[in-house]
Amino acid sequence: MKITQGAFSFLPELTDAQIAAQVEYALGQGWAVSIEVTDDPHPRNCYWEMWGMPMFGLKDAAGVMTELKAARATRPQSYIRLNAFDSTRGWETIRLSFIVNRPDVEPGFHLDRVEEQGRVQRYAIRRKSA
Amino acid sequence: MTTLDTTMPGAATPETAVPAKLDLAAMYRESEIGPLLAELDRDLIGLQPVKNRIREIAAYLLVTKARRELGLEASTPTLHMAFTGNPGTGKTTVALRMAGILHRLGYVRKGHLVSVTRDDLVGQYIGHTAPKTKEVLKRAMGGVLFIDEAYYLYRPENEKDYGQEAIEILLQVMENQRDDLVVILAGYADRMQTFFSANPGFRSRIAHHIDFPDYSDDELFHIAELIAEKEGYRFDEGAKAAMRDYIIARRSQSDFANARSIRNAFDRARLRQAIRLFDAGGTVDADALSTITAEEIRSSRVLSVATGK
Repeated sequence: MKITQGAFSFLPELTDAQIAAQVEYALGQGWAVSIEVTDDPHPRNCYWEMWGMPMFGLKDAAGVMTELKAARATRPQSYIRLNAFDSTRGWETIRLSFIVNRPDVEPGFHLDRVEEQGRVQRYAIRRKSA
Repeated sequence: MTTLDTTMPGAATPETAVPAKLDLAAMYRESEIGPLLAELDRDLIGLQPVKNRIREIAAYLLVTKARRELGLEASTPTLHMAFTGNPGTGKTTVALRMAGILHRLGYVRKGHLVSVTRDDLVGQYIGHTAPKTKEVLKRAMGGVLFIDEAYYLYRPENEKDYGQEAIEILLQVMENQRDDLVVILAGYADRMQTFFSANPGFRSRIAHHIDFPDYSDDELFHIAELIAEKEGYRFDEGAKAAMRDYIIARRSQSDFANARSIRNAFDRARLRQAIRLFDAGGTVDADALSTITAEEIRSSRVLSVATGK
C-alpha cells in the first residue's frame, strides 16, 4: 500500500529533476530545506530521524540533492522526506514536506477495533509487518 | 477519470533541432561579455595577465556553448582556479568579481560567492571537520567557493592536523561536482607553491593558475586617484606630487602591500585632512571638504623617515 503523506503523494514518484525544481522553489521562498528518514511511517509518528542538520543558507538545490543522494545510498529501504522550513515570524513552521524515497515493499496498516466498556468502539492503526 | 498532466517544472524538455551554423559574433553580443570586459578594464587598474585570462575563459565558455548547441562533444570545462601573488595585488577583489563574471557568462547558476578561510572548513575535534566542510560546500553550490590563504589548510608540521581531511573532501567535490561549483584558492605565491607540491591532487584539478603581478608606481598612483574618487575626495596638485613620492618611499619598506598600503595611506590622509579642517575652524565649503593637500601626505611617517627628518 503506497503511503500518502505530505505534498504530491497522490502523484507518480517525482523524478530527481522535479525534486530539484521543488527545492529551488523552496529556497527561492527563503525556506530552509532539511532531510528526514524513518522506518516507521505511521501517520502519528511525527518524529522522523534527522539526516544531518537543516540546511540553512543554501542558494542552490545542488547541495540538497547531494545530501539526498547520500541518504538514499545509506538508507535505500527507508522512507525519506524533504521538509522546507519557513522562519518568517508568524509562520515559523514547515511549509512544504514531501516523500522522496520509499522501500520497495510497503506493507501498509491494519485497522484494529477494540470493544470497550458499554460497547464503545475504539480504533487503532497498526503497522502490518513486512 | 481524467489523466493527470505530469509535466512539472524541471521535467525534461524535448530536444530542439540542431542548427547547422552559429554566429559566434552574435553569440558574443548576446552574452554581455563585451560590457563585462570593459567594466573590468575600468574598475581594475593594471592586472593585465588577469584580464587576459578572464578573456580567454570567456571565449572558451562561449565556444563550449556553441559546440554544445551544434551537438558536438562538450564536457563541462573545469574552472577551478588558483590566484597567487603578493599582498595587496587584488586577489580577493578579483575573486569577488569572478562569481559575477562566471554567472553572467552562464557558467554558474546562482553567482554568489562564499568566502572562507581555514577556520570555516577545519573542525576542532575528531569528526567535526567533515560536516563543517560539507556544509560550506553545500552553501557554495551554484556559485563560487573562495578559499583565502588556502595554504593554511595544510600544516605539515602536525601530522594529526584535521586540514588534510578538509582537503580530501574538497578534492572529491571539486572532481565530481564540477557543474555545481567553482573553487578559487588564493594565497601568497611562495607558500601556495609549497602547498601545491605537498598536495599534487590540487594542482592537477585546478585548470587555471593566475599570477597577480605587483603594481607599477604609475598604476599605484592611478589606484590612489580611483580610491579617492570613489570616496568623493580629490588630490590637489601638490598632493599628487606628494603621493608619487610616497609610493616610491613606501615601496622600499619591508611591509609594503601594494594597493592595500595605498588604501591605508589614503585613509590616514583623510583623517589628517579632517583634523586640519577642524583645527582651522571657521566656515568650510564642499571644495575644502573634498580636497586633500600635500601637507596631509607629506606628514606621513613614511616620507619623514625617507627624507631623514
